[in-house]
Amino acid sequence: MSEMSLDNMSSQYFDVLKELGNIGAGNATTALAQMLNTKVDMSVPQVKLLDFKDVGDLMGGAEQIMTGIYLRVEGDIDGSIMFLLGMKAARHLVNMLMGGSDKDENEAFDETELSAIKEVGNIITGAYLNSLSMITSLKLLPSVPFLAIDMAGAILSVPAIEFGMMGDKILLIETSFFDTETLSGYFILLPDMEGYAKILQSLGMGDITIS
Amino acid sequence: MSQIIKVGMADLNICVSPDGITTLGLGSCVGIAVRDPVTKIGGLAHIMLPDSKEIKNNSNVPKFADTGIEELVRQVVAKGANKSRLVAKIAGGAQMFAFNSGNATMRVGERNVAATIKKLKELNIPILAQDTGDSYGRTVIFYPENGDFIIRAVGKPEKTI
Repeated sequence: MSEMSLDNMSSQYFDVLKELGNIGAGNATTALAQMLNTKVDMSVPQVKLLDFKDVGDLMGGAEQIMTGIYLRVEGDIDGSIMFLLGMKAARHLVNMLMGGSDKDENEAFDETELSAIKEVGNIITGAYLNSLSMITSLKLLPSVPFLAIDMAGAILSVPAIEFGMMGDKILLIETSFFDTETLSGYFILLPDMEGYAKILQSLGMGDITIS
Repeated sequence: MSQIIKVGMADLNICVSPDGITTLGLGSCVGIAVRDPVTKIGGLAHIMLPDSKEIKNNSNVPKFADTGIEELVRQVVAKGANKSRLVAKIAGGAQMFAFNSGNATMRVGERNVAATIKKLKELNIPILAQDTGDSYGRTVIFYPENGDFIIRAVGKPEKTI
């Protein structure tokens, strides 16, 4: 029985989580294309294990305004999933869903648009979780989506704190989608440490305990 | 030339007038600024979790309210501040997503603020001002020169406490 934590994860485990991220993001892209009824391409997702202090810089600074959609996950593992999107990307998606309105990124979302963006997050994270659930045969039940539009650092404090209970790093997946524009999005999947062990075990990665 | 020192998440640093010190995008985390008004030596900590004793892996001192504040005080005193003169201002501890859940993880902002107040009280450091709670992120800038604690939030006017 080997011990692991996110801070000293072996490259083998990291590769598995990376592959899960790839598959999840791929499914999410398909769901997005169906929703928008258009062709959406995706770059190879980048899986990153970052120190807390570097997280804000990745997204253009801790004060960069982002849209964050957050869902609790229950079932066989306890945790949460978050999907983050820059304002330009969020505005572009909402405009497309609203039948090609042409508001620019500096215009605030109205009530209908806010629920549209929540629904986008719901569908994307749902597709991501579904693929993870299929591969691992674990039951994953997401809550309703919650939305925050605020500074990247402030939104990321929520998953960072959850990661903070088990280590000093945060694991996130950066995906770029393209339709007519490039849209960068970030997934953060947060099982508790027991959850990581369950995921790896369900994939036949052996009997491990995670500290 | 004065400069602005940056403090990251789960990080702390000290600062001597005329320099300022800042941390960006506090969410559920809490920013704790302390200062000795005579020597004008100060510091800022950006803590993430209330209690180092609740967690097994707790070697990262600035991550927790209890150990982070102790270390902040140790460092400003080592720089020449007088411990008995220290005063504090705090900000952050928001609940970023609107759950009405009893889940302790979700109410971590509130717990961070409570742990911060408790620790400062234990060290006999008075809190002169605080801007905590609610549901929005905050960037803070602290000037040990005059004790100004400037708070910025998205879509809100800048304020000084």
